[in-house]
Formats: sequence, C-alpha cells, structure tokens
Amino acid sequence: MILIKNAKPFDVLLDGGKIKKTGKISEKADETIDARGLIVVPGLIDMHVHFREPGREDKETIATGAAAAIAGGFTSVAVMANSGRVCDDAVGVVYVQAKSREANGAHVYAVGAVTKGLKGEELAELGKMSEAGAVAFSDDGMPILNSELMRRALEYSKMFGKPILSHCEDATLTKGFVMNEGPVSAKLGLRGYPNAAEAIMAARDCALAALTGGRVHLCHVSAKETVEVVRQAKKQGLQVTAEAAPHHLMLTDESLADYESKYKMNPPLRTKEDVEAVVQGVADGTIDVIASDHAPHTAEEKEQELAACPNGVVGLETSLGVVLSIRKIPFARAIDAMTVQPARILGLRGKGTLAAGADADLTLIDPKARWTVDPGTFRSKGRNTPYDKMTLTGRAAHVIVGGRVCF
Amino acid sequence: MALDALLKRCRAWKHRHLLGTKDLSRDEISLVLDVTEDLSGLQDAAPLRGKRLFNFFVEPSTRTKTSFALAARRLGAEVVDFSPSNSSLTKGESLKDTARTIESMGVAFTAIRHSASGAPAFLSRLVQSAVISAGDGTNEHPTQALLDLYTIKQRLGRISGLKVALVGDITHSRVARSNLWALKKLGNEVTLVGPSTLVPKDLDAKITTDFDQALRDNDVIMMLRLQLERQQAGLFPSTTEYVRFFGLTRERLATLRNGTIIMHPGPMNRGLEISAEAADSDRSVILNQVSNGVAVRAAVLLLLSQVTP
Repeated sequence: MILIKNAKPFDVLLDGGKIKKTGKISEKADETIDARGLIVVPGLIDMHVHFREPGREDKETIATGAAAAIAGGFTSVAVMANSGRVCDDAVGVVYVQAKSREANGAHVYAVGAVTKGLKGEELAELGKMSEAGAVAFSDDGMPILNSELMRRALEYSKMFGKPILSHCEDATLTKGFVMNEGPVSAKLGLRGYPNAAEAIMAARDCALAALTGGRVHLCHVSAKETVEVVRQAKKQGLQVTAEAAPHHLMLTDESLADYESKYKMNPPLRTKEDVEAVVQGVADGTIDVIASDHAPHTAEEKEQELAACPNGVVGLETSLGVVLSIRKIPFARAIDAMTVQPARILGLRGKGTLAAGADADLTLIDPKARWTVDPGTFRSKGRNTPYDKMTLTGRAAHVIVGGRVCF
Repeated sequence: MALDALLKRCRAWKHRHLLGTKDLSRDEISLVLDVTEDLSGLQDAAPLRGKRLFNFFVEPSTRTKTSFALAARRLGAEVVDFSPSNSSLTKGESLKDTARTIESMGVAFTAIRHSASGAPAFLSRLVQSAVISAGDGTNEHPTQALLDLYTIKQRLGRISGLKVALVGDITHSRVARSNLWALKKLGNEVTLVGPSTLVPKDLDAKITTDFDQALRDNDVIMMLRLQLERQQAGLFPSTTEYVRFFGLTRERLATLRNGTIIMHPGPMNRGLEISAEAADSDRSVILNQVSNGVAVRAAVLLLLSQVTP
C-alpha cells in the first residue's frame, strides 16, 4: 500500500495497483509520499504521439518514448500508426503492446491505421486491430483525401466503437508548404499552408460524422476557422471531438523569422489570432483534448534547410509545463483535457479518474515549479524542441503507474 | 577616393553576412551604393588579396555566379567554384557538411544560391565565413536589388521619392522581395502588378492588376521573369493570355511617359513578359544592370571583409 499524504485536493491510498480510497486518510501504509504543495491528478494521458518503432528506432523507440512520457508526467500515451513499419494490422498492434510491457514506463496504446500502408486507398483490418487492442484508428501524418473512403471508415469503425482520429489537411492546398500562409510567409518567401486547408477537411469530416453517425476526433486543431467548425458541429450534437497541441497554444508563425527548423511542424504555427482562438477553444471545452503530437526526429534530419527538414517537434517532456504556463486555460480544464477527455474518447477504462477502484495511475504536479527547458536532459531521443532554454511554470514531481512510483 | 579613405568609410558597416535587404537600414543601403561608386574610381588596388570567395551555387546560374567571380577577382581575391552536377551534394552529403568541408579549406566569403528560402540564414549559423545570399528560393536576392538600386540612381539621378512598378510573378520572385524591402526603406512608392494568382496580398505594397495604368504612373518598370511551370501549376491559363494583360509589348512601350525606365533582372523570355522592342529600346537599362552587378558585388565583398573575423 502507498499513501499519498498532504496532497491537494485530498490524500490517496493505493493498493494492489488500484486506488483504494481518497479523502483525509490516517491509515498506515508501506510507503508514504509527502505531497505537501503538490496537486494529485489522474495520470496524464497523451493521446497523440509518434514513437517511430518499429522501423525508425534511431528517432525514438517505444521504450525511450515511454520513459519520456513518464518524465513529462504522462502515465498513458497512444502512438500513431505511421512508424517505420506502419501499424496497419493486428501484428503491429500486438508489437506495440509487447514493447510497452517490456518498457515498463507509461502505458503505450496502439492506434491502428485507417488504410493499408497509410495509402488512403483501402481500409485496413480495423476489426482485427480492434480485437488486438487498438484504441482508435488514424492515418495521422497523412490526410484521408478520398471522402468516400473516410465515409466508409466512419461507418465501419462504428461496429467496434472506436473513433477515427483525423489529420485534417486538404493536401491539394498545402503542396510544398513550410509554414502557415499569411503575411509572415509572404515576407519570408516560404510556401504557406492556409487555414482553409485545415478547416475544409474539418468541415468535411463533421459532415461525414453527421451522415454516418460515426465518431470523428479532429487532431491538432491549429486554425481559428477549425475551432469554429468544431463549435458548430458540437452545437448540432454530432459525435465530434477535437484536440490541440501545446505549441499551437503558445507559439506563432513569427517564430520562423530566422528560418529555424525547430519551429517547423504540421500543422504549422499560426498567427496570434489563431493561437487566441485555439486557447479559447480549449478553455471553453470546444476542444476537448490537449495532446502533444510528440514527433521525434534525428539531429541530422532537423539540421537542414527548412524546405528539406521534416515536420515535427517533441512534446512529451514540455507539454505540461507549456500548458500550465498558459494563464487563460484554468488548471482544472487543462487537467481535464489531459486526463478525463482522452480516457473517454479512447475508452480507457480505469484511466483518467481518481475514483476508488480505478487504476493507480497518478501524477503529482508541482504547479509552482519554475524550470528551464534543456533538451540535453530529455529521455526522448528527439531533441527537436521549440522550447529550448524557455522557462516554464509547473511540472510533474512524481509519477505513479499501476501503483509503482516511476518518477 | 584613395583606398584608405574608402576602407575607413566601410567601417560603418556592421553585418557579418548579407542575407537580405530586409535586414538592412536605409543608411546601410546608401553605404553600399556609395562604396560602389567610390570603387569605380579606384584603379589597381587589391584590398582582398589572399582572401577566397566560395561560389556555392546549388541552383544553376550563369550571370550571378560570373558576376560574383569577376567582383572578387577585381579586388584581388581568389574564387573557388562549386558545381552541383559532380559535387558531393548529389551524393547525399548535407548542405551543412559540404559548407563546412569547403570552408575548412579557408574561405572568407561564401556566396550561396539555393532553391530553399532561408538556406543562407541556415548556413550563416554554421560557418565562420561571411555568407552572402546570391538568391535563395523565393526569399531574397539582395545583391540583385542593390545593383538595381544603383542602376536606377545612375540613370534617374536619385533613389528616393520614385514610383516603381514590379511586374509579373511576385509570389515566386526573390528579386521582387529584395527590391520591395530596399525600395521602400529608401522612401519609394512600390506597386506590385500581376495576375492575382501571382501577387501575394499580404506584402506591404500597393497592388494593381491594371498594367496599362501602372505604365503611365511609374518612373521605373521592373519586369520579372515568368517561369513557364507556373502555367502547369494552374496559376495562369496561357502565355498568350499572360502577354495580353501583363506583357511589355511594343504597343505598351509606346505609352510610357518621358523618363520612365525599363528593367529586367534576366534571363529574359523575349516575346513573353518583355518584347524585343522594349528590351532593346533606349528606355531599357537591362545591360547596365548586368555591368553594375560586378561593381555592387565588389562593394559588398569589401564591406563584409571589414567585419569578418
């Protein structure tokens, strides 16, 4: 038994990998953690990460990714299917699970591909992947341009009660893009990705959710127009949820003024107006989830001219600090967006809650800790962070997974 | 002006690199133009003797590359050439490694031409030599703009308070951007002219699609090269339609007001954006642009040499 004592809002007693009870607890335990000054929350969940294994272990393995998750306060993550060998069948799902057990860090759940090889042509075996334990389906990294196929995916996945996580990008509008399209890209002479390319696909996906009754979750919302699309869809009662990444809550396209590749990702950093709209969307619950889109790359790949370097930034180890540093998002909403909501959307039973009987996955947060980001200390193999040397407020002090203190 | 006095004047220059006109102040642009002029009166001086220019042209170019080489030699520097066809870049070596390798052979200046916007900025963070953008992607081509300014000043006697039209594919033009930033800093009024598919609405300048009006209104008409692949990309329907609205034809040449000059950074598509009559008319300063290119680039090398460690 482990007792977490003096935490806010209450003490927590853990037993046998489960939460035994919460409240004011005076029982004796084998181990007591003095959590004075800390806030206890359900173990954080990041439902959108890329761990690259199998296939690109030089960028990240499931083990290094799971360790990075713990260091960032996350006890569960969902990995996207676009690793070196695409996770588009039951074997891929089982592989992720096996490596996750071996890693003994955060729980790593598999997201299966929607289409075979992420090619956007034929449905992958969603049923077999679901049986093997896939928590959702996504071609993330690539949009599903074919609307008919997206329609069938939404209809078909309903059978298994699993959502489709949609990478909203009308790729016919984003060819060769390096950054957001707007005054900054015009000035820098860089190819732009207009907000409309995201909003169009988000609107299409909402229309298809209405048509099929399927569940669609819109990944990494970055444009103000997309926030509005989600808001309207929810008003209509559609089964639409959405997520935002921390970098879209804090940074703008002005960051690219010196052509630095650490600011290149997909979707790109947008304008101040977009950042404000996305923050507002998270604050009012229009955007359900905050997820990092953790995308590790090697230094060799990132140290290139902008046009040549790949999209993506790492996020697991900075996510919490970034989110807690954004004042307009109340603490409770931020935690809800990283616990309750992803658990609900992915159907993770026993996660995202501190109720008695739930899994003993907890994060103890020091909300006042001021710390400076140093990529040299990352557990992730990826050092491609836009927050290098930035000072953030708030970080995980202890992380408990399945009743075991990991951090 | 004697060399000593000229070098003293160069000390006002503070930039280690020349990545774009975006980064230059009005005074710094004027300094380049003044040093260019002073250099023309300077004979047989070799202030850059013993220094090397690395001509790093990853994208093909003839005139700019030659112009940099002539400029360097004129001041006594050596030139190391880089040709992409048989280089290690085609063997998969990164830009970073190629640059460092060459630089370790001891160069003072690297003039880089690259298809990626921002490649010179990237390079400038990795090397010790002075990096000069010789054209990067659709971002900037600063020495082109500086030589354009010099040419305008030479011909019209001033380089502020003028009305300048940049005509054609602005979106994909680094020449347009570098000229826009520089011209505006010196207090000129710039109008962007072209089909609305090829003119970004977000640049800080007047925009018109009425070329005929623009021809009557401006002191300088700067034509830009039209890349034919823009038609395949669906940005305009046909070359004949382009000429109909935006070609500097013989008929349009006749409508220019007195004193208006015609510029083109080259290479020209004769019969497309510019007619032979316009290119070869007495309004055209296109060949002056080419010859001034050497002088301006020499001035840039001299200025940078005073800062380089």
